[in-house]
Amino acid sequence: MTLDLVIFLISSVVAVFGATMMITQRNPIASVLFMILSLLAQAVLYIQLGALFMGAVLVIVYAGAILVLFLFVIMLLNLRGRESLGQPSPPISLTVKYALAVLFVLELIMVVKSSFSSDVFADAGNPGVMVMQTDNFGAVNDVAVLLFQRYLYPFELTSILLLVAIVGAVILAQRSRDDDGPVDAASSGESEGKAAE
Amino acid sequence: MIDFSSVADNFNVIYPELALLIGAFAVLLLGTVKRFAGLCTSVAGLTALIALWLAVDQFGTQQSGFFGMVTCDAFGSAFKIIFIAIAIVTMLIAHRFMIVKQIARPEFYALVLISTFGMIVMANTTDMIVMFLGLEIMSVPLYVLAGFARRSLQSNEAGIKYFVMGAFASAFLLMGIAFVFGASATTDLRRIVADFSYIIYHSGLYMYVGIALILVGFGFKIGMVPFHAWVPDVYQGAPTPVTAFFSAGPKAAGFAVLLRLFMFGFEGVAELSSIFWVLAVLTMTAGNVLALLQDNIKRMLAYSSIAHAGYILIAFAVGGEDALSAAIFYSIAYAIFNLGAFAVVVLLETRSGCRSDFSELAGLSKASPYLCAVLALFVFALTGFPPTIGFFGKFYLFSTAVKAGFIWLAVIGVLNSFVSVYYYLRVLKVSYFDRVEQPALSVSYTPAITLVLLITAAGTLGFGLFPQKLLEFAQSAVFAFL
Amino acid sequence: MIWPIASAELLPLFSYLYELLESTGLPQPWLAVVVYTFLAALVFGVLSLLALFLVWWERKIAAHIQQRFGPMRHGWHGWYQTIMDAVKLLQKEDIRVATRDKTVFFWAPVVCFVAAFLAYVTIPFGEGLIVADLNIGILYIMAVTTFTVISLLMAGWGSNNKYALLGGMRSAAQVVSYEVPMVASILVVVLFVGSLSMVDIVQAQAGGIWNWYIFRLPYGPIAFCTYIIAATAEANRTPFDIPEAEQELVAGFNVEYSGMKFAMFFLAEFVNAFTVSAIAVILFFGGWHGALLPSWMWFLGKTFGIVLLLMLFRWTYPRLRVDQLMEFSWKFLVPVTFANIIIAAWFKYAGWYW
Repeated sequence: MTLDLVIFLISSVVAVFGATMMITQRNPIASVLFMILSLLAQAVLYIQLGALFMGAVLVIVYAGAILVLFLFVIMLLNLRGRESLGQPSPPISLTVKYALAVLFVLELIMVVKSSFSSDVFADAGNPGVMVMQTDNFGAVNDVAVLLFQRYLYPFELTSILLLVAIVGAVILAQRSRDDDGPVDAASSGESEGKAAE
Repeated sequence: MIDFSSVADNFNVIYPELALLIGAFAVLLLGTVKRFAGLCTSVAGLTALIALWLAVDQFGTQQSGFFGMVTCDAFGSAFKIIFIAIAIVTMLIAHRFMIVKQIARPEFYALVLISTFGMIVMANTTDMIVMFLGLEIMSVPLYVLAGFARRSLQSNEAGIKYFVMGAFASAFLLMGIAFVFGASATTDLRRIVADFSYIIYHSGLYMYVGIALILVGFGFKIGMVPFHAWVPDVYQGAPTPVTAFFSAGPKAAGFAVLLRLFMFGFEGVAELSSIFWVLAVLTMTAGNVLALLQDNIKRMLAYSSIAHAGYILIAFAVGGEDALSAAIFYSIAYAIFNLGAFAVVVLLETRSGCRSDFSELAGLSKASPYLCAVLALFVFALTGFPPTIGFFGKFYLFSTAVKAGFIWLAVIGVLNSFVSVYYYLRVLKVSYFDRVEQPALSVSYTPAITLVLLITAAGTLGFGLFPQKLLEFAQSAVFAFL
Repeated sequence: MIWPIASAELLPLFSYLYELLESTGLPQPWLAVVVYTFLAALVFGVLSLLALFLVWWERKIAAHIQQRFGPMRHGWHGWYQTIMDAVKLLQKEDIRVATRDKTVFFWAPVVCFVAAFLAYVTIPFGEGLIVADLNIGILYIMAVTTFTVISLLMAGWGSNNKYALLGGMRSAAQVVSYEVPMVASILVVVLFVGSLSMVDIVQAQAGGIWNWYIFRLPYGPIAFCTYIIAATAEANRTPFDIPEAEQELVAGFNVEYSGMKFAMFFLAEFVNAFTVSAIAVILFFGGWHGALLPSWMWFLGKTFGIVLLLMLFRWTYPRLRVDQLMEFSWKFLVPVTFANIIIAAWFKYAGWYW
């Protein structure tokens, strides 16, 4: 039992616990907070694997930006989790749901079982396997070299994608001169979008 | 230190799409200044023409760049030409329509250009990450375009529906790519092909799961049954020029990627043939049968586009070079006559108070006989009558199926074409033979839409009479496949 | 991964402790746990004392700016006033609103407190006085400090009070907006050093005052100004203390908190102010480098200097309005910092430095 193992066990349990709680909570705020917890635990797992940069980015991007915006929106809409979830499902569709759930669990078990017999990553001699283990694996330098050389094109495409998404959101949400009726300023997102544009 | 000088040499591979992107940004910037807003249309059109010229210039060469992330082979550059042509036609159709419906905004052209950029990116790569990004760059503008008429509830519904379903499908696709990466430790199709038997032997299960999920993701984009539920609502709700774009561009792009994935990347999976057999039959049958019940032309064309996707799926079941060229041929043919049909619908919809129901066609043959004749031509092409291009498209598809021994598949395809005759000819029946109390409103042509009608009609008829040129084009796109 | 606990990297005191415990035959996980707990306790203790001192100092500065004396009763010029305040807060009743969201209300101050202290893992108090020299040091600090904003949102939501909620929302919008120019200002220095490690950044500034980045880089002063403005906003201090603007929001997100829970927010605020000042010192003022005196004294002295700057800001500038605040960030700070990055990248690429 090394410290590494202890930390791994704790953080993996926390990650699964957070994820489970996230989907079972009725209160949306609690859901988001549990998701943050789960992501934090996942970041610890990344760091344990040596991918410090990935771990930090996960926390900054998800916990720091995306989920804060989630919280923001939920609070703006003032969802307190008291809304009913609609009509209870008819028994036939419930049966289908449970059958599907059982099926997926079986599939999961199968996949996990087969992964123990598969040794594709152990075999580094195979040309199809990318060997990425270097001395400072996961360090910022290595990530940067991969990102800006081999993956330069996808990286730039990502920036175009984000730009298009911003432009699209602004087009749909923008208050135009001819629109009548109260259009409330869904302000901060819009102003951010404009500024980023 | 990273050496950037090696990167600069790669740009000539992506000149056409780069031109589109620059044009799109120019349009966006010009659109913010009121004085220049009128210029946007011409800038967009000019950009697309330059891009088309660059793409034609590039056709026939074979290059790759950006560390193997871009593969501009004959297949890819052929689709470049197709996509850009579709974008030009869409912009020509849209100009008048947007003004009449009071939704004309310069961003429309930018979105069309960026979406086209995404399609080109998608079709010109063997890397699945780039494919995914291209798909998203194509789709995000489409979501916005579907909801472009912001004061129309139907358009809003179309936008939301398309967005939610599209995001869901993207999740499947990403999951599939993740599985394939897990199995093969690469996202490059060429590496997967090279080590295919090894990967299947060691981690076949992951690979199959991944391939299935990828098929779901792209199946959504091309409107394959059972992932077609969004098609009718989105096609009906979106502004009609946008619908025309949907039915031609993204569909062709989806097929381009599917062809690359399943006829090149995962060709070694033998079971895929029977899966595609079932999917093709389901898709064309469901599309044709449901189209029988529609009273709205746009909705009918939506179901018909599902059916046509089913015909193209036959090529996947058959496999091989002939089927591939038949699929490319059919994609081009479908784009031509479908855009033509939509151009007519757009023209009809610019009349006041029209929602493109079948009943609005009544009396059209009296009011505007030429338009009615052109419509008849496109309808014949959609049905697959000679001497239109639609006939040869189907002919090539079914004959390759028969040659490869898929006789039943061809028979089902032909039977489906018979079913489709009913609803297609209903268009002609209403417009030529239905009585009307008051004469139908006459339509007002613009030079742009007349040009589109002329080009598409000439294409439908000309390639129908002399299909050899187009077939050669399709075959040349195959020979350098990879 | 090898956990960074090689005894040579730790302070002499801890390597001594480590060896001592090792000789008693303590098995491995417990050994590490004990050492780290001790380390954490030490950092925590030092920071708590610092925060107590800062509270007193701030009150004195505020008082003197306003022509009064401030706390004078406990000790010389009231030097242990804050300790007495802390004792008082500990004894106070913990008032809990009946309509609160129980769990969220409870955890908000905890998250805030923990997030404030987490940053000190990678802050070098002096030469070798660092808990762990991570190779993503500055990025790590950026990551953990984001939890502060989540805690503010939690506090605002959990209180179920509209003023608290407004305060929480404002703080979220503000911190997310100012995070961008703050990181962008930091990147200017990181770009020059070529490393994210705090120790590397400090060591690159060795050799006299002219090697400090605020003087050495031609664009350094601009980066420092944008950083200190963004950092003031990040720490929710006036002129950017919209989240707790008394006149508008009573006290903002912490209005429903009392007793020790309030003290935790209060303490965390001062720890955060100290953190941003420490980062400013490390990035722009040479960290622990200085002549004659021991390195930790230089570091603390410089940091107190920056803290003094923040305090002067607080008591001499009026508060901004919410929309002014947002516009200032997105329309002024972000473009300036981005332009600064481009200039910095150009200088680096062209090799124009000495």
